[in-house]
Amino acid sequence: MENFTPIPSLAGGLIIGIAATLLLTSGRIAGISGILGGLTPPSAAPDKDWRFLFLIGLIAGAVLFPIMGGNISYISLNPYTLSENTHYIAMGVAGLLVGFGTNMGSGCTSGHGICGLGRLSTRSLAATLTFMAVAVVVVFAMRMITGS
Amino acid sequence: MTKLIALIAGILFGYGLTLAGMLSPAKIVGFLDITGNWDPSLAFVMGGGLFVTVITFKFILKRPTPIFGGKFYLPTRQDIDRRLIIGSAIFGAGWAIGGLCPGPAISSLAYASPKIAVFGIAMVVGIILAKKFFPASPS
Repeated sequence: MENFTPIPSLAGGLIIGIAATLLLTSGRIAGISGILGGLTPPSAAPDKDWRFLFLIGLIAGAVLFPIMGGNISYISLNPYTLSENTHYIAMGVAGLLVGFGTNMGSGCTSGHGICGLGRLSTRSLAATLTFMAVAVVVVFAMRMITGS
Repeated sequence: MTKLIALIAGILFGYGLTLAGMLSPAKIVGFLDITGNWDPSLAFVMGGGLFVTVITFKFILKRPTPIFGGKFYLPTRQDIDRRLIIGSAIFGAGWAIGGLCPGPAISSLAYASPKIAVFGIAMVVGIILAKKFFPASPS
């Protein structure tokens, strides 16, 4: 467990909770797949402005973090130590599955995991348990296949 | 006002994700790797987020209308259907392979990595395909 970062992770989680709280004061749920989905054809949502601004903010927050003294050297993109080409393919496949699955399943880690569970929604509990359980199995399989 | 709130909430969310370590696929996979070198950090992120939302959402949703907006846009469905479970399972598989969910993927665009761009474009294509072939039935 030498990679465990309890304090920054807890602090980051509290800030995420405050962000979701702030957005709900304007009536909106901070579900990122849903916010992005509303900007995506076909049948994009009519209320594009706030969605676009929230996503710009997501990027801006990550830009601000190192400027305000945060350390981003922890970021490691290739946990299974795949070869360069294989990793590109894996990221493409992963992105496709994440986009497809979150749209079909009406939410992701933020929408179901933080906001849905925050509202004590049973649908979000079922969704969160499902994606967590499947992800644990797939990580195990990936470790086996790649020998990492 | 909604627009300003959305921007500030987005900045806080992005900052929180970055501070929490969630922009690193190695950290996500480390959490899911319960039989390996387990990294419980993600549980602390969700725990921190939920600690806030479980308390604040109750108070905010007690009002008939939001403090800064016209109305609440909340999911209305209550039933656990096949679509929810299959979609969540597909998401879980992608999350495990790439080590990124939608929020951190978008925040990571800040660091202009071509691999993140590939993930992001594929994610948008995935959303378009799901919307086209499996459109949500009106709740």
